[in-house]
Amino acid sequence: MPAATKTRAAHQNHPLEDLIRSDRIPHIWCPGCGIGTAFSACLSAMKGGGRNLEKMCMVSGIGCSGRAAGYVKLDSFHTTHGRAIPFATGLKLGNPELDVIVFSGDGDLFAIGGNHFIHAARRNMDLTVICVNNLNYGMTGGQAAATTPHLAKTTTTTAGNPESPFNLPLLAWASGATYVARWTILHTRELTECIQKAISKSGFSFIEVLGPCPINYGRRNREKPMETLRLYQEQTIIRNNADPMDLDVDFKKKVVLGEFVDKQRPTCIESYDRTCRLPE
Amino acid sequence: MEFWRVPFDSEAIEVSRGIVYIIEDRCKGCGYCIEFCPKSILAFSSRFNKKGYHPPELLDHDICVNCHYCEIICPEFAIYSLPAPLEKTG
Ligand code: SF4
Ligand code: SF4
Ligand code: SF4
Repeated sequence: MPAATKTRAAHQNHPLEDLIRSDRIPHIWCPGCGIGTAFSACLSAMKGGGRNLEKMCMVSGIGCSGRAAGYVKLDSFHTTHGRAIPFATGLKLGNPELDVIVFSGDGDLFAIGGNHFIHAARRNMDLTVICVNNLNYGMTGGQAAATTPHLAKTTTTTAGNPESPFNLPLLAWASGATYVARWTILHTRELTECIQKAISKSGFSFIEVLGPCPINYGRRNREKPMETLRLYQEQTIIRNNADPMDLDVDFKKKVVLGEFVDKQRPTCIESYDRTCRLPE
Repeated sequence: MEFWRVPFDSEAIEVSRGIVYIIEDRCKGCGYCIEFCPKSILAFSSRFNKKGYHPPELLDHDICVNCHYCEIICPEFAIYSLPAPLEKTG
């Protein structure tokens, strides 16, 4: 049977069909947007780890990436702006047997929600935080964000961004995260493996995913989506356990990818129980 | 595949084969699957889908190696591969 005929017969049998709300697909993300690939890697990791999906939930904040919570066919919550981590913290404290995954964007997690991020990492809350970093505020029309590269053009930095961006893995490391990794959407296999590992690991895990926002960031910086993916291929280098100081995102030199932190320390709940719930 | 030294067990090793399925109406025509298929066997079709994009089509369905890369790079859940039935291999 020619392949073209098979395509129609196979409708709705994608291997992740059971985890997506098919009636809401096609999703709202623009053509070439990286969020869909990062989301798909996250679902594969959730499914592939052999863990109980009934005990898994996803929390998102506001923004394009924040829409993910609405597409997963598991318990999920789309919270207010910047508040995905505190909501997830509440879920975990209230029901410690849940695997709580936060899937959101750089604006939500690191600008509006920046304080929540550093304190959840400091306390070592047992969460898996996945941040799709597309270097700008996509949903609201491409304004400069805390992650916009120096000199990049956005609607609010038309002459180029005068500020310097956060180095997110460095911030996560310094705040006390016990697992830190970074990949691009092109490295989706490695990304999936790391998310799987992060979910099964206890403690605060952080994974940054670089993904294109062709409509708002790409267009203003003369970067077609395929060119962004070429940058991901040619201007990156994989260096596990790299010094967090060397992890700034600057595609004029090589951007370092890999697994940077993988250590153990008592989680928030363990420390609390040990200190405040002493056996009588 | 060309070898500079033929492995002793090359006869015994089966290269996996796949069949690609495309859910055309989900595709937004980003072209990632086409660009990054290691076998370069996908191309834009001339057809339009419901939303007005050209979904990919398979140029040669006998050489898909079932690597799933098109499936995992696709942002739209629009393409995937499954192992081909045995009689189709080789
Ligand atoms: S605006 Fe940017 S981030 Fe938002 S869906 Fe479109 S491409 Fe993706
Ligand atoms: S499974 Fe691999 S070889 Fe087959 S079409 Fe997809 S990317 Fe190409
Ligand atoms: S990767 Fe997906 S959305 Fe992009 S062209 Fe291929 S099938 Fe269409």
